[in-house]
Amino acid sequence: MTARAWVGAALIASLVLLALAGDRVAGYRFDAQDPAHALEGPSRAHWLGCDALGRDLLARICEGGRISLVVAVGATGLALAFGLAYGALAGWVGGRLDAVLMRGVDVIYALPDLLVIVLVIEVLSAALAGVLPDLWRRLAAIALALGFVGFADVARLVRALVLQAREETWVEAARATGAHPARILVRHVLPNVAAPVFVSAAFRIPAAILAESSLSFIGLGIQPPFSSWGTLASDGFEAMRSFPHLILFPCVAILCSLLGFHLLGEALRERLDPRGRA
Amino acid sequence: MIRYAIGRVLAGVGVLWVVATLTFALLRFLPGGPFDKEHTLPPEIMRNLERRYALGGSLSHQYLDYLARLAHGDLGPSYKYVGRDVADILRDAVPVSLELGSLAFALAVAGGISLGLASGARRDSRVDRAVVLVSLVGVSAPTFVIGAGLILVFGLGLRWLPAGLWEGPLYAVLPACTLAALPMAYAAQLTRAQVVSAMEQDYVRTARALGVSEARVRRRHVLRNALLAVMTYFGPLLATLLTGSFVVETIFAVPGMGRFFVTAITNRDYPLVLGVTLVYGVLIVLANLAVDLLYARLDPRIRVGNTEK
Repeated sequence: MTARAWVGAALIASLVLLALAGDRVAGYRFDAQDPAHALEGPSRAHWLGCDALGRDLLARICEGGRISLVVAVGATGLALAFGLAYGALAGWVGGRLDAVLMRGVDVIYALPDLLVIVLVIEVLSAALAGVLPDLWRRLAAIALALGFVGFADVARLVRALVLQAREETWVEAARATGAHPARILVRHVLPNVAAPVFVSAAFRIPAAILAESSLSFIGLGIQPPFSSWGTLASDGFEAMRSFPHLILFPCVAILCSLLGFHLLGEALRERLDPRGRA
Repeated sequence: MIRYAIGRVLAGVGVLWVVATLTFALLRFLPGGPFDKEHTLPPEIMRNLERRYALGGSLSHQYLDYLARLAHGDLGPSYKYVGRDVADILRDAVPVSLELGSLAFALAVAGGISLGLASGARRDSRVDRAVVLVSLVGVSAPTFVIGAGLILVFGLGLRWLPAGLWEGPLYAVLPACTLAALPMAYAAQLTRAQVVSAMEQDYVRTARALGVSEARVRRRHVLRNALLAVMTYFGPLLATLLTGSFVVETIFAVPGMGRFFVTAITNRDYPLVLGVTLVYGVLIVLANLAVDLLYARLDPRIRVGNTEK
Protein backbone atom coordinates (compact mmCIF):
# COMPACT_ATOMS: atom_id res chain seq x y z
CA MET A 1 0.00 0.00 0.00
CA THR A 2 1.23 3.50 -0.80
CA ALA A 3 1.51 6.36 1.69
CA ARG A 4 -1.55 7.98 0.13
CA ALA A 5 -3.60 4.84 0.64
CA TRP A 6 -2.55 4.72 4.30
CA VAL A 7 -3.58 8.35 4.81
CA GLY A 8 -6.94 7.56 3.23
CA ALA A 9 -7.44 4.47 5.37
CA ALA A 10 -6.52 6.41 8.52
CA LEU A 11 -9.01 9.19 7.71
CA ILE A 12 -11.80 6.70 7.09
CA ALA A 13 -10.94 4.72 10.22
CA SER A 14 -11.15 7.85 12.37
CA LEU A 15 -14.46 8.76 10.76
CA VAL A 16 -15.91 5.34 11.54
CA LEU A 17 -14.53 5.49 15.08
CA LEU A 18 -16.05 8.93 15.70
CA ALA A 19 -19.36 7.82 14.24
CA LEU A 20 -19.46 4.74 16.47
CA ALA A 21 -18.23 6.28 19.72
CA GLY A 22 -19.28 9.90 19.19
CA ASP A 23 -21.30 10.39 22.37
CA ARG A 24 -18.57 8.95 24.54
CA VAL A 25 -15.81 11.03 22.91
CA ALA A 26 -17.74 14.27 23.19
CA GLY A 27 -19.36 13.51 26.54
CA TYR A 28 -22.69 14.95 25.39
CA ARG A 29 -25.69 13.83 23.38
CA PHE A 30 -26.00 15.52 19.98
CA ASP A 31 -29.28 17.19 20.99
CA ALA A 32 -28.50 18.02 24.64
CA GLN A 33 -28.87 21.77 25.16
CA ASP A 34 -26.63 23.81 27.41
CA PRO A 35 -27.80 27.43 26.99
CA ALA A 36 -25.10 28.79 29.32
CA HIS A 37 -22.46 27.90 26.73
CA ALA A 38 -24.41 28.89 23.60
CA LEU A 39 -22.25 30.02 20.67
CA GLU A 40 -19.06 29.64 22.67
CA GLY A 41 -15.88 28.69 20.85
CA PRO A 42 -13.73 25.64 21.63
CA SER A 43 -13.13 25.11 25.34
CA ARG A 44 -12.13 22.43 27.84
CA ALA A 45 -15.78 21.44 28.38
CA HIS A 46 -16.83 21.60 24.72
CA TRP A 47 -13.83 20.75 22.57
CA LEU A 48 -15.22 22.22 19.36
CA GLY A 49 -17.56 24.75 20.98
CA CYS A 50 -21.35 24.96 20.95
CA ASP A 51 -24.06 26.08 18.54
CA ALA A 52 -26.77 28.72 19.10
CA LEU A 53 -28.75 26.39 21.40
CA GLY A 54 -25.68 25.35 23.37
CA ARG A 55 -25.46 21.93 21.74
CA ASP A 56 -22.00 20.41 21.69
CA LEU A 57 -20.53 20.73 18.19
CA LEU A 58 -18.31 17.66 18.45
CA ALA A 59 -21.28 15.48 19.40
CA ARG A 60 -23.27 16.94 16.52
CA ILE A 61 -20.45 16.33 14.05
CA CYS A 62 -20.20 12.72 15.23
CA GLU A 63 -23.95 12.33 14.74
CA GLY A 64 -23.52 13.87 11.27
CA GLY A 65 -20.81 11.32 10.50
CA ARG A 66 -23.17 8.52 11.50
CA ILE A 67 -25.85 9.89 9.15
CA SER A 68 -23.34 10.30 6.32
CA LEU A 69 -22.12 6.73 6.68
CA VAL A 70 -25.60 5.23 6.84
CA VAL A 71 -26.73 7.15 3.75
CA ALA A 72 -23.52 6.41 1.83
CA VAL A 73 -23.46 2.69 2.57
CA GLY A 74 -27.20 2.36 1.93
CA ALA A 75 -27.11 4.27 -1.35
CA THR A 76 -24.03 2.44 -2.61
CA GLY A 77 -25.42 -0.96 -1.66
CA LEU A 78 -28.70 -0.26 -3.41
CA ALA A 79 -27.04 1.10 -6.55
CA LEU A 80 -24.72 -1.88 -6.66
CA ALA A 81 -27.42 -4.52 -6.12
CA PHE A 82 -29.89 -3.13 -8.65
CA GLY A 83 -27.27 -1.99 -11.14
CA LEU A 84 -25.54 -5.36 -11.11
CA ALA A 85 -28.75 -7.30 -11.69
CA TYR A 86 -30.06 -4.86 -14.31
CA GLY A 87 -26.81 -4.50 -16.25
CA ALA A 88 -25.97 -8.19 -16.16
CA LEU A 89 -29.43 -9.09 -17.43
CA ALA A 90 -29.24 -6.56 -20.27
CA GLY A 91 -25.74 -7.53 -21.30
CA TRP A 92 -26.15 -11.29 -20.96
CA VAL A 93 -29.57 -11.70 -22.57
CA GLY A 94 -29.02 -8.97 -25.17
CA GLY A 95 -31.35 -8.36 -28.09
CA ARG A 96 -34.66 -6.64 -27.55
CA LEU A 97 -34.57 -6.88 -23.75
CA ASP A 98 -31.22 -5.13 -23.77
CA ALA A 99 -32.57 -2.35 -25.98
CA VAL A 100 -35.61 -1.77 -23.75
CA LEU A 101 -33.60 -1.82 -20.52
CA MET A 102 -31.02 0.59 -21.88
CA ARG A 103 -33.67 3.08 -23.08
CA GLY A 104 -34.79 3.19 -19.45
CA VAL A 105 -31.25 4.10 -18.43
CA ASP A 106 -31.13 6.79 -21.15
CA VAL A 107 -34.19 8.46 -19.67
CA ILE A 108 -32.56 8.60 -16.25
CA TYR A 109 -29.50 10.16 -17.84
CA ALA A 110 -31.62 12.78 -19.59
CA LEU A 111 -32.79 14.07 -16.22
CA PRO A 112 -30.51 16.13 -14.03
CA ASP A 113 -29.38 13.99 -11.07
CA LEU A 114 -30.16 16.46 -8.35
CA LEU A 115 -33.64 17.06 -9.74
CA VAL A 116 -34.49 13.36 -9.74
CA ILE A 117 -32.99 12.97 -6.28
CA VAL A 118 -35.03 15.82 -4.84
CA LEU A 119 -38.28 14.60 -6.43
CA VAL A 120 -37.74 11.01 -5.30
CA ILE A 121 -36.86 12.09 -1.76
CA GLU A 122 -40.01 14.20 -1.49
CA VAL A 123 -42.26 11.48 -2.87
CA LEU A 124 -40.70 8.69 -0.80
CA SER A 125 -40.57 10.50 2.50
CA ALA A 126 -44.22 11.41 2.02
CA ALA A 127 -45.06 7.80 1.17
CA LEU A 128 -43.18 6.49 4.21
CA ALA A 129 -44.88 8.91 6.62
CA GLY A 130 -46.14 6.99 9.64
CA VAL A 131 -44.25 3.83 8.66
CA LEU A 132 -40.88 4.88 10.03
CA PRO A 133 -39.74 7.43 12.60
CA ASP A 134 -38.84 10.84 11.16
CA LEU A 135 -35.08 10.53 10.92
CA TRP A 136 -35.11 7.00 9.50
CA ARG A 137 -37.80 7.92 7.00
CA ARG A 138 -35.67 10.77 5.70
CA LEU A 139 -32.51 8.62 5.69
CA ALA A 140 -34.24 5.82 3.81
CA ALA A 141 -35.68 8.26 1.28
CA ILE A 142 -32.29 9.88 0.64
CA ALA A 143 -30.48 6.53 0.37
CA LEU A 144 -33.12 5.19 -2.03
CA ALA A 145 -33.03 8.35 -4.15
CA LEU A 146 -29.23 8.33 -4.38
CA GLY A 147 -29.25 4.61 -5.05
CA PHE A 148 -31.83 5.08 -7.80
CA VAL A 149 -29.70 7.66 -9.60
CA GLY A 150 -26.53 5.64 -9.07
CA PHE A 151 -27.94 2.37 -10.32
CA ALA A 152 -27.98 3.68 -13.90
CA ASP A 153 -24.21 4.24 -13.77
CA VAL A 154 -23.56 0.77 -12.38
CA ALA A 155 -25.96 -0.86 -14.85
CA ARG A 156 -24.22 0.78 -17.80
CA LEU A 157 -20.79 -0.29 -16.59
CA VAL A 158 -21.83 -3.88 -15.83
CA ARG A 159 -23.60 -4.23 -19.17
CA ALA A 160 -20.53 -3.08 -21.09
CA LEU A 161 -18.29 -5.46 -19.15
CA VAL A 162 -20.65 -8.42 -19.57
CA LEU A 163 -20.99 -7.73 -23.30
CA GLN A 164 -17.22 -7.84 -23.56
CA ALA A 165 -16.84 -10.98 -21.48
CA ARG A 166 -19.56 -12.78 -23.44
CA GLU A 167 -17.22 -13.06 -26.42
CA GLU A 168 -14.32 -14.48 -24.43
CA THR A 169 -13.07 -17.98 -25.11
CA TRP A 170 -13.51 -19.10 -21.52
CA VAL A 171 -17.22 -18.37 -21.81
CA GLU A 172 -17.33 -20.42 -24.97
CA ALA A 173 -15.49 -23.21 -23.16
CA ALA A 174 -18.00 -23.13 -20.32
CA ARG A 175 -20.83 -23.29 -22.87
CA ALA A 176 -19.19 -26.23 -24.59
CA THR A 177 -19.19 -28.18 -21.33
CA GLY A 178 -22.96 -27.75 -21.27
CA ALA A 179 -23.16 -25.38 -18.31
CA HIS A 180 -26.44 -23.54 -17.86
CA PRO A 181 -26.26 -19.90 -19.09
CA ALA A 182 -27.37 -18.59 -15.69
CA ARG A 183 -24.61 -20.60 -14.05
CA ILE A 184 -22.01 -19.28 -16.50
CA LEU A 185 -23.15 -15.72 -15.75
CA VAL A 186 -23.04 -16.09 -11.98
CA ARG A 187 -20.04 -18.38 -11.59
CA HIS A 188 -17.77 -17.19 -14.41
CA VAL A 189 -18.73 -13.85 -15.92
CA LEU A 190 -19.66 -11.81 -12.84
CA PRO A 191 -16.55 -12.72 -10.79
CA ASN A 192 -14.45 -11.71 -13.79
CA VAL A 193 -16.04 -8.28 -14.15
CA ALA A 194 -16.10 -7.61 -10.40
CA ALA A 195 -12.93 -5.51 -10.13
CA PRO A 196 -14.00 -2.40 -12.13
CA VAL A 197 -17.45 -2.56 -10.54
CA PHE A 198 -15.89 -2.66 -7.10
CA VAL A 199 -13.68 0.32 -7.92
CA SER A 200 -16.61 2.37 -9.16
CA ALA A 201 -18.54 1.46 -6.00
CA ALA A 202 -15.65 2.79 -3.91
CA PHE A 203 -16.14 6.19 -5.56
CA ARG A 204 -19.90 6.10 -5.08
CA ILE A 205 -19.45 6.34 -1.31
CA PRO A 206 -17.86 9.81 -1.24
CA ALA A 207 -20.26 10.91 -3.98
CA ALA A 208 -23.20 9.90 -1.79
CA ILE A 209 -21.75 11.69 1.24
CA LEU A 210 -21.27 14.79 -0.91
CA ALA A 211 -24.81 14.61 -2.28
CA GLU A 212 -26.40 14.15 1.14
CA SER A 213 -24.51 17.04 2.70
CA SER A 214 -25.27 19.33 -0.27
CA LEU A 215 -28.98 18.46 -0.12
CA SER A 216 -29.06 19.03 3.62
CA PHE A 217 -27.18 22.30 3.17
CA ILE A 218 -29.91 23.76 0.94
CA GLY A 219 -32.63 22.38 3.21
CA LEU A 220 -33.86 19.46 1.08
CA GLY A 221 -32.07 16.62 2.87
CA ILE A 222 -31.93 15.86 6.58
CA GLN A 223 -34.19 18.26 8.49
CA PRO A 224 -33.57 19.87 11.88
CA PRO A 225 -33.37 19.02 14.77
CA PHE A 226 -31.24 16.16 13.37
CA SER A 227 -27.69 17.06 12.62
CA SER A 228 -26.10 16.22 9.30
CA TRP A 229 -22.84 17.80 8.14
CA GLY A 230 -24.84 19.73 5.57
CA THR A 231 -27.28 21.23 8.08
CA LEU A 232 -24.40 22.02 10.46
CA ALA A 233 -22.52 23.81 7.69
CA SER A 234 -25.69 25.64 6.71
CA ASP A 235 -26.27 26.81 10.30
CA GLY A 236 -22.62 27.80 10.48
CA PHE A 237 -22.86 29.66 7.18
CA GLU A 238 -25.57 31.94 8.60
CA ALA A 239 -23.34 32.96 11.49
CA MET A 240 -20.05 32.73 9.62
CA ARG A 241 -18.83 36.25 10.31
CA SER A 242 -19.29 36.21 14.08
CA PHE A 243 -18.81 32.52 14.92
CA PRO A 244 -16.48 30.97 12.35
CA HIS A 245 -15.98 27.78 14.41
CA LEU A 246 -19.56 26.76 13.58
CA ILE A 247 -18.78 26.43 9.87
CA LEU A 248 -15.10 25.55 10.12
CA PHE A 249 -15.36 22.25 12.00
CA PRO A 250 -18.21 20.63 10.02
CA CYS A 251 -16.42 21.59 6.78
CA VAL A 252 -13.16 20.06 8.01
CA ALA A 253 -15.05 16.87 8.87
CA ILE A 254 -16.59 16.60 5.40
CA LEU A 255 -13.38 17.47 3.62
CA CYS A 256 -11.32 14.94 5.58
CA SER A 257 -13.71 12.06 5.05
CA LEU A 258 -14.22 12.77 1.33
CA LEU A 259 -10.45 13.06 0.92
CA GLY A 260 -10.05 9.75 2.74
CA PHE A 261 -12.49 7.93 0.47
CA HIS A 262 -10.94 9.42 -2.68
CA LEU A 263 -7.42 8.45 -1.61
CA LEU A 264 -8.47 4.91 -0.82
CA GLY A 265 -10.56 4.70 -4.00
CA GLU A 266 -7.59 5.70 -6.12
CA ALA A 267 -5.40 3.14 -4.42
CA LEU A 268 -8.04 0.50 -5.11
CA ARG A 269 -8.23 1.51 -8.74
CA GLU A 270 -4.49 1.31 -9.22
CA ARG A 271 -4.55 -2.14 -7.65
CA LEU A 272 -7.59 -3.70 -9.28
CA ASP A 273 -8.27 -1.81 -12.48
CA PRO A 274 -5.10 -0.05 -13.63
CA ARG A 275 -6.40 0.94 -17.04
CA GLY A 276 -9.77 2.27 -15.93
CA ARG A 277 -10.15 5.99 -15.49
CA ALA A 278 -13.54 7.66 -14.98
CA MET B 1 -24.46 13.57 -41.03
CA ILE B 2 -27.68 15.57 -41.49
CA ARG B 3 -29.82 12.47 -41.24
CA TYR B 4 -27.99 11.53 -38.09
CA ALA B 5 -28.57 15.00 -36.62
CA ILE B 6 -32.29 14.95 -37.46
CA GLY B 7 -32.65 11.53 -35.89
CA ARG B 8 -30.95 12.72 -32.74
CA VAL B 9 -33.19 15.80 -32.52
CA LEU B 10 -36.32 13.63 -32.85
CA ALA B 11 -35.02 11.28 -30.17
CA GLY B 12 -34.42 14.36 -28.01
CA VAL B 13 -38.04 15.45 -28.40
CA GLY B 14 -39.10 11.97 -27.31
CA VAL B 15 -36.90 12.19 -24.23
CA LEU B 16 -38.43 15.56 -23.36
CA TRP B 17 -41.93 14.12 -23.58
CA VAL B 18 -40.94 11.30 -21.21
CA VAL B 19 -39.36 13.85 -18.88
CA ALA B 20 -42.49 16.00 -18.86
CA THR B 21 -44.74 13.01 -18.23
CA LEU B 22 -42.59 11.52 -15.47
CA THR B 23 -42.26 14.81 -13.65
CA PHE B 24 -45.99 15.45 -13.96
CA ALA B 25 -46.74 12.02 -12.49
CA LEU B 26 -44.17 12.33 -9.70
CA LEU B 27 -45.42 15.74 -8.62
CA ARG B 28 -49.02 14.57 -8.40
CA PHE B 29 -47.91 11.80 -6.03
CA LEU B 30 -46.71 14.36 -3.52
CA PRO B 31 -49.27 14.63 -0.75
CA GLY B 32 -50.71 18.04 0.03
CA GLY B 33 -51.84 20.59 -2.52
CA PRO B 34 -50.46 24.01 -3.27
CA PHE B 35 -53.40 25.73 -1.57
CA ASP B 36 -53.46 23.70 1.65
CA LYS B 37 -53.47 26.19 4.50
CA GLU B 38 -53.82 25.85 8.24
CA HIS B 39 -57.52 26.66 7.96
CA THR B 40 -59.61 25.19 5.16
CA LEU B 41 -60.86 27.54 2.49
CA PRO B 42 -64.56 27.77 1.65
CA PRO B 43 -65.48 25.32 -1.15
CA GLU B 44 -66.43 28.14 -3.56
CA ILE B 45 -62.99 29.68 -3.27
CA MET B 46 -61.30 26.30 -3.72
CA ARG B 47 -63.36 25.75 -6.85
CA ASN B 48 -62.36 29.14 -8.24
CA LEU B 49 -58.71 28.50 -7.47
CA GLU B 50 -58.87 25.11 -9.17
CA ARG B 51 -60.46 26.65 -12.24
CA ARG B 52 -57.89 29.46 -12.41
CA TYR B 53 -54.97 27.03 -12.21
CA ALA B 54 -56.56 24.21 -14.26
CA LEU B 55 -56.45 21.81 -11.32
CA GLY B 56 -60.03 20.57 -11.68
CA GLY B 57 -61.14 17.46 -13.49
CA SER B 58 -59.56 14.03 -13.63
CA LEU B 59 -55.82 13.46 -13.65
CA SER B 60 -55.78 12.34 -17.28
CA HIS B 61 -57.73 15.44 -18.22
CA GLN B 62 -55.20 17.64 -16.40
CA TYR B 63 -52.34 15.81 -18.10
CA LEU B 64 -53.72 16.22 -21.63
CA ASP B 65 -54.56 19.83 -20.90
CA TYR B 66 -51.00 20.36 -19.68
CA LEU B 67 -49.44 18.78 -22.78
CA ALA B 68 -51.69 20.79 -25.09
CA ARG B 69 -50.69 24.05 -23.46
CA LEU B 70 -47.06 22.96 -23.43
CA ALA B 71 -47.15 22.47 -27.19
CA HIS B 72 -48.08 26.16 -27.46
CA GLY B 73 -45.20 27.16 -25.21
CA ASP B 74 -47.54 28.01 -22.34
CA LEU B 75 -46.13 26.81 -19.03
CA GLY B 76 -49.07 28.09 -16.98
CA PRO B 77 -49.26 30.48 -14.05
CA SER B 78 -47.07 30.06 -10.98
CA TYR B 79 -48.93 29.05 -7.83
CA LYS B 80 -46.79 31.02 -5.43
CA TYR B 81 -45.68 34.10 -7.36
CA VAL B 82 -49.16 35.48 -7.88
CA GLY B 83 -49.73 37.17 -11.19
CA ARG B 84 -46.58 35.78 -12.80
CA ASP B 85 -46.41 33.13 -15.47
CA VAL B 86 -43.80 30.39 -15.23
CA ALA B 87 -42.49 31.43 -18.64
CA ASP B 88 -42.17 34.93 -17.24
CA ILE B 89 -40.16 33.81 -14.22
CA LEU B 90 -37.95 31.58 -16.36
CA ARG B 91 -37.27 34.46 -18.75
CA ASP B 92 -35.66 36.28 -15.84
CA ALA B 93 -33.97 33.32 -14.17
CA VAL B 94 -32.59 31.36 -17.14
CA PRO B 95 -30.25 34.09 -18.47
CA VAL B 96 -28.76 34.51 -14.99
CA SER B 97 -28.00 30.80 -14.75
CA LEU B 98 -26.73 30.71 -18.33
CA GLU B 99 -24.36 33.58 -17.66
CA LEU B 100 -23.04 32.11 -14.43
CA GLY B 101 -22.85 28.64 -15.97
CA SER B 102 -20.99 29.62 -19.12
CA LEU B 103 -18.47 31.60 -17.08
CA ALA B 104 -17.89 28.61 -14.82
CA PHE B 105 -17.73 26.28 -17.82
CA ALA B 106 -15.11 28.39 -19.59
CA LEU B 107 -13.12 28.58 -16.38
CA ALA B 108 -13.34 24.83 -15.76
CA VAL B 109 -12.42 23.85 -19.33
CA ALA B 110 -9.54 26.31 -19.73
CA GLY B 111 -8.18 25.77 -16.23
CA GLY B 112 -8.70 22.02 -16.17
CA ILE B 113 -7.10 21.34 -19.55
CA SER B 114 -4.11 23.59 -19.00
CA LEU B 115 -3.48 22.23 -15.50
CA GLY B 116 -3.83 18.65 -16.72
CA LEU B 117 -1.57 19.31 -19.69
CA ALA B 118 1.07 21.07 -17.61
CA SER B 119 1.21 18.25 -15.11
CA GLY B 120 0.79 15.30 -17.45
CA ALA B 121 3.47 16.45 -19.88
CA ARG B 122 6.09 16.60 -17.12
CA ARG B 123 5.28 13.61 -14.98
CA ASP B 124 6.52 13.63 -11.38
CA SER B 125 7.85 17.16 -11.66
CA ARG B 126 7.09 19.66 -8.91
CA VAL B 127 4.28 21.18 -10.98
CA ASP B 128 2.80 17.73 -11.51
CA ARG B 129 2.81 16.91 -7.80
CA ALA B 130 1.20 20.26 -6.95
CA VAL B 131 -1.56 19.81 -9.56
CA VAL B 132 -2.25 16.25 -8.41
CA LEU B 133 -2.62 17.36 -4.80
CA VAL B 134 -4.74 20.45 -5.55
CA SER B 135 -7.05 18.57 -7.89
CA LEU B 136 -7.49 15.81 -5.32
CA VAL B 137 -8.64 18.38 -2.76
CA GLY B 138 -10.73 20.01 -5.49
CA VAL B 139 -12.73 16.87 -6.26
CA SER B 140 -13.16 16.19 -2.54
CA ALA B 141 -14.37 19.60 -1.41
CA PRO B 142 -18.14 20.17 -1.45
CA THR B 143 -19.30 23.29 -3.26
CA PHE B 144 -20.51 24.92 -0.08
CA VAL B 145 -17.15 24.48 1.60
CA ILE B 146 -15.38 26.24 -1.29
CA GLY B 147 -18.09 28.90 -1.49
CA ALA B 148 -17.94 29.61 2.23
CA GLY B 149 -14.15 29.75 2.12
CA LEU B 150 -14.12 32.19 -0.78
CA ILE B 151 -16.74 34.41 0.88
CA LEU B 152 -14.82 34.37 4.14
CA VAL B 153 -11.51 35.32 2.51
CA PHE B 154 -12.41 37.57 -0.43
CA GLY B 155 -15.83 38.82 0.61
CA LEU B 156 -15.71 39.36 4.36
CA GLY B 157 -11.98 39.34 5.06
CA LEU B 158 -10.25 41.23 2.27
CA ARG B 159 -13.48 42.88 1.06
CA TRP B 160 -12.28 42.66 -2.56
CA LEU B 161 -15.43 41.14 -4.00
CA PRO B 162 -19.13 41.16 -3.16
CA ALA B 163 -20.20 38.09 -1.19
CA GLY B 164 -23.65 37.77 -2.69
CA LEU B 165 -26.43 39.03 -4.98
CA TRP B 166 -26.25 39.58 -8.73
CA GLU B 167 -25.80 43.20 -9.69
CA GLY B 168 -22.84 43.42 -12.05
CA PRO B 169 -19.80 41.68 -13.45
CA LEU B 170 -17.92 41.73 -10.14
CA TYR B 171 -20.77 39.84 -8.52
CA ALA B 172 -20.15 36.90 -10.82
CA VAL B 173 -16.55 36.26 -9.82
CA LEU B 174 -16.97 34.33 -6.58
CA PRO B 175 -20.00 32.24 -7.68
CA ALA B 176 -18.32 31.35 -10.98
CA CYS B 177 -15.10 30.29 -9.24
CA THR B 178 -17.07 28.23 -6.72
CA LEU B 179 -19.10 26.53 -9.42
CA ALA B 180 -16.00 25.87 -11.55
CA ALA B 181 -13.83 24.43 -8.78
CA LEU B 182 -14.99 20.83 -8.83
CA PRO B 183 -15.25 20.36 -12.62
CA MET B 184 -11.91 22.10 -13.06
CA ALA B 185 -10.21 19.73 -10.64
CA TYR B 186 -11.89 16.72 -12.24
CA ALA B 187 -11.02 17.86 -15.77
CA ALA B 188 -7.41 18.36 -14.67
CA GLN B 189 -7.30 14.77 -13.34
CA LEU B 190 -8.87 13.41 -16.52
CA THR B 191 -6.64 15.39 -18.85
CA ARG B 192 -3.54 14.43 -16.91
CA ALA B 193 -4.39 10.72 -17.09
CA GLN B 194 -5.10 10.98 -20.82
CA VAL B 195 -1.92 12.92 -21.55
CA VAL B 196 0.17 10.47 -19.56
CA SER B 197 -1.24 7.53 -21.50
CA ALA B 198 -1.05 9.33 -24.87
CA MET B 199 2.64 10.12 -24.34
CA GLU B 200 3.31 6.39 -24.17
CA GLN B 201 1.54 5.58 -27.42
CA ASP B 202 3.33 4.29 -30.50
CA TYR B 203 2.19 7.17 -32.66
CA VAL B 204 3.90 9.66 -30.39
CA ARG B 205 7.14 7.70 -30.53
CA THR B 206 6.82 7.45 -34.31
CA ALA B 207 6.22 11.19 -34.67
CA ARG B 208 9.26 11.91 -32.53
CA ALA B 209 11.35 9.45 -34.52
CA LEU B 210 10.33 11.22 -37.70
CA GLY B 211 11.80 14.40 -36.28
CA VAL B 212 8.58 16.23 -35.52
CA SER B 213 9.26 18.99 -33.02
CA GLU B 214 8.23 18.38 -29.40
CA ALA B 215 5.80 21.31 -29.42
CA ARG B 216 4.11 19.96 -32.51
CA VAL B 217 3.95 16.43 -31.09
CA ARG B 218 2.22 17.78 -28.00
CA ARG B 219 -0.21 19.95 -29.92
CA ARG B 220 -1.07 17.69 -32.84
CA HIS B 221 -0.80 14.24 -31.33
CA VAL B 222 -0.95 14.28 -27.55
CA LEU B 223 -3.41 17.12 -26.94
CA ARG B 224 -5.80 16.13 -29.68
CA ASN B 225 -6.06 12.53 -28.58
CA ALA B 226 -6.24 13.41 -24.92
CA LEU B 227 -9.04 15.90 -25.54
CA LEU B 228 -11.26 13.30 -27.18
CA ALA B 229 -11.69 11.42 -23.94
CA VAL B 230 -12.08 14.59 -21.91
CA MET B 231 -14.77 15.88 -24.28
CA THR B 232 -17.29 13.25 -23.24
CA TYR B 233 -17.11 14.74 -19.78
CA PHE B 234 -17.64 18.32 -20.98
CA GLY B 235 -20.99 17.71 -22.67
CA PRO B 236 -23.01 16.69 -19.64
CA LEU B 237 -20.96 19.17 -17.62
CA LEU B 238 -22.06 22.06 -19.83
CA ALA B 239 -25.70 21.19 -19.27
CA THR B 240 -25.20 20.83 -15.51
CA LEU B 241 -23.40 24.15 -15.21
CA LEU B 242 -25.70 26.11 -17.52
CA THR B 243 -28.77 25.15 -15.60
CA GLY B 244 -27.28 26.63 -12.50
CA SER B 245 -26.43 25.07 -9.23
CA PHE B 246 -28.80 24.77 -6.32
CA VAL B 247 -26.01 25.20 -3.83
CA VAL B 248 -24.06 28.03 -5.46
CA GLU B 249 -27.18 30.04 -6.21
CA THR B 250 -28.39 29.55 -2.65
CA ILE B 251 -25.06 30.53 -1.08
CA PHE B 252 -24.57 33.65 -3.17
CA ALA B 253 -28.25 34.62 -3.37
CA VAL B 254 -28.13 34.48 -7.18
CA PRO B 255 -31.64 34.66 -8.69
CA GLY B 256 -31.16 31.78 -11.16
CA MET B 257 -33.05 28.59 -11.99
CA GLY B 258 -31.46 26.50 -9.26
CA ARG B 259 -32.72 28.75 -6.51
CA PHE B 260 -36.21 28.93 -8.03
CA PHE B 261 -36.25 25.16 -8.26
CA VAL B 262 -35.47 24.71 -4.58
CA THR B 263 -38.17 27.16 -3.46
CA ALA B 264 -40.62 25.77 -6.01
CA ILE B 265 -40.22 22.24 -4.58
CA THR B 266 -40.84 23.34 -1.01
CA ASN B 267 -43.77 25.53 -2.12
CA ARG B 268 -45.27 22.75 -4.26
CA ASP B 269 -45.33 25.21 -7.14
CA TYR B 270 -45.95 22.42 -9.69
CA PRO B 271 -45.91 24.50 -12.89
CA LEU B 272 -42.64 26.14 -11.91
CA VAL B 273 -41.00 22.79 -11.08
CA LEU B 274 -42.20 21.37 -14.39
CA GLY B 275 -40.96 24.43 -16.25
CA VAL B 276 -37.50 24.27 -14.71
CA THR B 277 -37.32 20.52 -15.36
CA LEU B 278 -38.17 20.99 -19.02
CA VAL B 279 -35.58 23.72 -19.49
CA TYR B 280 -33.05 21.38 -17.87
CA GLY B 281 -34.12 18.61 -20.23
CA VAL B 282 -33.80 20.80 -23.33
CA LEU B 283 -30.33 21.97 -22.30
CA ILE B 284 -29.13 18.44 -21.59
CA VAL B 285 -30.42 17.13 -24.91
CA LEU B 286 -28.79 20.04 -26.78
CA ALA B 287 -25.49 19.71 -24.96
CA ASN B 288 -25.28 15.98 -25.62
CA LEU B 289 -26.11 16.52 -29.29
CA ALA B 290 -23.43 19.20 -29.59
CA VAL B 291 -20.83 16.93 -28.03
CA ASP B 292 -21.71 14.00 -30.30
CA LEU B 293 -21.42 16.15 -33.41
CA LEU B 294 -18.19 17.77 -32.25
CA TYR B 295 -16.84 14.35 -31.35
CA ALA B 296 -17.52 13.15 -34.88
CA ARG B 297 -15.62 16.12 -36.29
CA LEU B 298 -12.62 15.64 -34.02
CA ASP B 299 -12.21 11.92 -34.51
CA PRO B 300 -12.10 10.72 -38.11
CA ARG B 301 -12.53 7.13 -36.92
CA ILE B 302 -16.11 7.79 -35.90
CA ARG B 303 -17.37 10.08 -38.66
CA VAL B 304 -20.95 9.40 -37.83
CA GLY B 305 -23.30 8.36 -40.59
CA ASN B 306 -20.58 7.80 -43.19
CA THR B 307 -19.49 4.48 -41.81
CA GLU B 308 -22.62 3.32 -40.08
CA LYS B 309 -25.03 3.07 -42.98
